[in-house]
Order: sequence, then C-alpha cells, then structure tokens
Amino acid sequence: MAKATIQLEGLACPSCLQKIEGATKSLNGVVKESVKVLFNAAKVKLDFDQSVVTIGEIEAAITKVGYVVKKSQVKE
Amino acid sequence: MQQLILRNKNKIAAASGLLIAVGFASHLLFGQEQVSVVALIIASILGIAPIAIQAYQALRVKVVSIDVLVTIAVGGAFIIKNFEESAIVTFLFLFGAYLEQRTLNKTRSAIKELTEMAPQSAVRLTEDGESEEIDIDDVDVGDLLLVKTGAQVPVDGTVREGSGYINEASITGESVAVGKEIGSKVFAGTILDNGTITIVADRVGEDTTFAKIIELVEEAQDSKSEAERFIDRFAKYYTPLVLLLSAIVWLISRNIELAITILVLGCPGALVIGVPVSNVAGIGNGARHGVLLKGSEVIHDFSRTDVMVFDKTGTLTIGSPTVAATHYYGGDDAMVKSAILSVERQSDHPLARAIVNHLGELALATVDETDVIKGGGIAARVDGKSIIIGNAALIAERGITISDEAASHIRALEEEGNSLVLVALEGVLVALFGIRDQIRSGVEHDLRRLKRLGVKRLILLSGDNQGTVDQVARHLGLTEAHGHMLPEEKAHFVKGLQQEGHIVAFVGDGVNDSPSLALAQVGIAMGSGTDVAIETSEVVLMNSDFSRLPHALGLAKATARNMKQNIVIAVGVVLFLLSMVFFSPWMNMSIGMLVHEGSILVVILNGMRLLRYRPRKLT
Repeated sequence: MAKATIQLEGLACPSCLQKIEGATKSLNGVVKESVKVLFNAAKVKLDFDQSVVTIGEIEAAITKVGYVVKKSQVKE
Repeated sequence: MQQLILRNKNKIAAASGLLIAVGFASHLLFGQEQVSVVALIIASILGIAPIAIQAYQALRVKVVSIDVLVTIAVGGAFIIKNFEESAIVTFLFLFGAYLEQRTLNKTRSAIKELTEMAPQSAVRLTEDGESEEIDIDDVDVGDLLLVKTGAQVPVDGTVREGSGYINEASITGESVAVGKEIGSKVFAGTILDNGTITIVADRVGEDTTFAKIIELVEEAQDSKSEAERFIDRFAKYYTPLVLLLSAIVWLISRNIELAITILVLGCPGALVIGVPVSNVAGIGNGARHGVLLKGSEVIHDFSRTDVMVFDKTGTLTIGSPTVAATHYYGGDDAMVKSAILSVERQSDHPLARAIVNHLGELALATVDETDVIKGGGIAARVDGKSIIIGNAALIAERGITISDEAASHIRALEEEGNSLVLVALEGVLVALFGIRDQIRSGVEHDLRRLKRLGVKRLILLSGDNQGTVDQVARHLGLTEAHGHMLPEEKAHFVKGLQQEGHIVAFVGDGVNDSPSLALAQVGIAMGSGTDVAIETSEVVLMNSDFSRLPHALGLAKATARNMKQNIVIAVGVVLFLLSMVFFSPWMNMSIGMLVHEGSILVVILNGMRLLRYRPRKLT
C-alpha cells in the first residue's frame, strides 16, 4: 500500500471536490476511505495499491475530469 | 479540445463579453437586429462550451454540479430563442468564476507565502571536503550540510561547526535573531542572518518541524465543523432538488422561462463557499502571526470560551525566581555570605540558583559533608562550621530558635508570596531570603484584553504554594488561584468547570502533556514549536509569547463572526431570489445570475477582511 500526495493547480469551486473525489474513488486499487481532497491547498491525498493501479492512472483520472496535476509524491 | 477550451475559459469570457456589447450596441444604437441576434448567439455558444464540458465531467462521476444547472438553463433559453438571456447568463457565470478564482487566491495567500518559504536545495559536504548543491529531496538523515550567511537552513539539524544568528520567523512568527553555536538545534526554513555553520541533518522532508506546521495548517484550513459538513451534505442534495423543482414547475405551468429562471436562482454558490473562505482567511492570518488554530471546529469552540485556565505559575511568570528580600541576623555578613554561596553553588535547585545570582562573586570557603535533604534543603560543613540552608520546616525540625523579629519577617514575606530560604550557622539563624518569580512583562495588559474579549474567569492552577499563587493572582487580577495542585487535581478541576457548563480553554506549556490539556475544549500550548505541543493541543502559540493569546482569541472570535455573516448573506440571497421569482415581474435569469455572482464575491471579500485582522489595543 502506498500513500500519494498529488498537488493540483488551484481549485475554485466546491463541486471540484466532489468531482475529484468521484473520479479517484471509482478507480480500482484506490482505498476509498483514504481519499482526501484539500480544497484550499489544492492537494489530493490517498492510499492506493500499487499492484492494482499506478500513480499515472490516478493522475490521468484527475486530468480527465478537468484538473491540472502539478506534481505528485508517492511514499511506500 | 476539452482541455483547450477549459484552459482558455477566461479568454472565452472576455470574447463573449465583447460580443454581448456588440450585440446590444447594434440593437440599441444602429437598429441592426440581424447583427445583434447573431452576435448574441455566438456569445452564448462560446460561453456555454466550457460550462457544458464541466457539467458533462461532473455528471460522469455522478455529481449534479452548478454547471449542470446552468447548462440546462441556457439550453432552455436557447429553445425559447431568448439569446439575450443565454448570452448574459453564461458571461456572468464565467466572469464570476474568474473573479472568484482571483479573490480566493488572495484569501489563500497567507498560507502560500508560508509554503513558499520551504527550502528547495541544500549544500552537502562530501567526505573529501568538497561541497555540492543537491535537491532538498535528496538530503538524508546524517548528511553534513553547509549553511552560509543569508541562506536557509534546509532541514532540522544540529550545529556541528561554526556559529551564527538565525531568524526563526518561519517557525515562531517572531523575527528575532537567535544565537546558535555548536550543539544548538536549527530548524528547516529558518534563515541564517550571519555566520557560517555546518549542520548534521536530524530530520528531513516531511518530518521537519516546518513541514509539519505546513501540513497542519493545510489540514486545518480544510477541516470542517459539524455545521459545514451539514452544509456540504445539504449542497449535495440541494442541486438535484433544484433540478427537480424546476422540472415540476415546468410540468405544471408549461412555462420554460419560469422553469429555467428557477434553475439559475437556485444555484447554491455563496452558501458552499462562504464558510470555507472565512476559515481559510482566519487560519491564514493566525499562521502569519505564530498562532496555529487547528480547524473550524476549534475556532468555533475557542470563540465561545468563557473560562481560561492557566497551568503552572510559569505560564505567567518568567520562570526564573529571583531574590526579592534579604534579612541578616547577627554580624559578620561577609563571612556568612561567602559560606552560603560556597554551599549553594553546588546545587541545581532554582532557589539555590537565585541566591547564587543574588550574591554574585565572593571569596569561597571549603565545603565538606554536604547532605541534601529532599524537600527541605541542604546541610554541610563550611570551614568546619555546621551550616543548614533550607525551608522553615527543616529549620524547625533541627531545633533552631527563630527570634520574634525573624518570625515577623517570615510572616510578611510569605504573605507577599515569597518562597523562603533560611540559613542557620552553628545552630543559630543568620539569614533569611525571600525569593519570588517575576511576572512576564505585558502579561497584566494581555489578561485585561482577554477579559475585554469576553473571558469571564481567569484561573491559575499551580503546584506552587498558595502564598506564591495568591500573590501572582493579586498582582495580575486573576479571578481565582489554586496552589498545591497535582496534575490529576487540575484535570478534576477542569472537569468540574465543564460540568457547570463552561467552555474551558486550558493554557499550558505543552511540554508535560497534562491530562487537562486534552480534557479542556480548547487546549492551548505555549510551546516553542515542539512536536508534542503541535500534536496534542487545539491551538498552538508558536513561541512562548503570551501576547499572542489575545490575538488568538480575538481572531477566533472574528472568524466565527465572519462565518455567521457569510451564512446569513448566502441563505438570505437564495431566499430572496426564490421568493422574488414568484412575486416580482422583473426577475429574470440574468438578474438572478448577477445577484448570485455578486453574493459570492461579497462573501469572499468579507472573508478577506480577516487577513488584515489585528487585535484592538486597549485604550
């Protein structure tokens, strides 16, 4: 299980939270309860299983709902 | 394509605004109806594109967002060929979003400044004495790092070589230069004002104090109170509900105009953003002034505090006792003083230290047969003479007579709150010292400000003797003071206050994690940025500066007030608009959108006032 911290470009609307949450939680391998979107810091924190899903796929899911990923950090 | 449109949202807003201007000008000034309609249609299509994409993205993850409402409303306006409305509504929505983004960034600026202070690189010394610049992420625990004048300390570490003065503002909020020498601890993010030092990395990356502070502040800004979670849940069902309401209205009245107007008016904009904005601005202000408020729940509780309890006399005093009064009985002072100094300088006891400092440099005598009597004092032989230095109990126990004169001195000094040290030489009382801790400067003033902010009772709980505690209380105008208190008794006392219905804030130094700090609704740690203090309490004053306390309380109150104002504004606007749609003939989509976007800006601007908050000075 790895911990990811993903830095996004600034978030403005509160429905962003719901969108990003929805997009990441729907991925297999992401621990649903661990998903935390920090609105003001524009960060997503989540735990995921690296054997099921990659950080790249998680980033892609966020990009797909319309947000720009600046950088992400993964800690095992 | 989607990305391209979203990224150019602001340009699209500008273009659509321009087209609307063209449309109205050709209609009003030149009577060119054809041109006007075409311009407005293009403006609508341009404007709705990014909104519709966002709506689609939201629907894909099963969220009915505001974008969905607006997209349907604009679609409806198109169907009834009201291009004027569709153009203006999309423009206002985009322009509003732009302004929101701009102003929101302002409210977050305080935290951003903080995170931007994070060190980026370090200079590592290799084994052969070479230095190399490396990325901050590549620093490992145990690395030897060089910090030059003007540079940032990259990680938490210990000084191995050299010395200098460091500005620790990023940690303590106080820009005072602190001297560092070999063995001193230094913190990541602080700046070396002068000197050059070599440090050994103790903690790197996310483990540094600085990183922890940032993480804490970031989490605090997003932490939600019960009320906010309610609003969130509410908002989740609110938008689908508005959609449903508008559908029902349409089915009954067959009036598309009315149905789509309801869609726009029902947008929850200001309601969802109002409270978080106050929260962010308030916590941001605190972070800049060395006050960490851990989230909006804390702000809520803290703002309602009516009893403040201070743990230990040391919270209010400097913590280094000094000799306040001396009496010598019998002659030959010099010999007596030298004997006392010779014995006391061997002890670490704070009272002994106070006496040593008081006596200063004197000739020393030979001391032997030193015997430390726990809880009493010290007995020894100085140049062959027996000497006893200790409290009144010890002196009495050794059967030493206390003259009437000395007894009256003792009574007077005790009443003034002094700790007493008596000295007997060869079985005769020769000296009496009254030792007292000094009140921290400004504390009296700060306590008055706390009272002014609505704290009704200021209580001191201390392990010191009642006399000392009473004296401090009298001097500072505390409501109550209780001495001889053990940690369990303090906790019990706090529990008692809570049972009486008080909201208790407990101020401790955060070092010894007393149960009271956890028990009180608001635990306030006056730490110097230690991990324990940061983790165990609700509010952290980053340096032991007591004057931050009124700022913290005042800020919490101002923030709580600000949140309430924003909720009132947001709810008021929605109610006002929805009632207008049924009772007023002039209400339409465009005006509704204008009022909505306006109210969002109003709550953001209102929140921004908190960034400038300063506690009011006493007059």
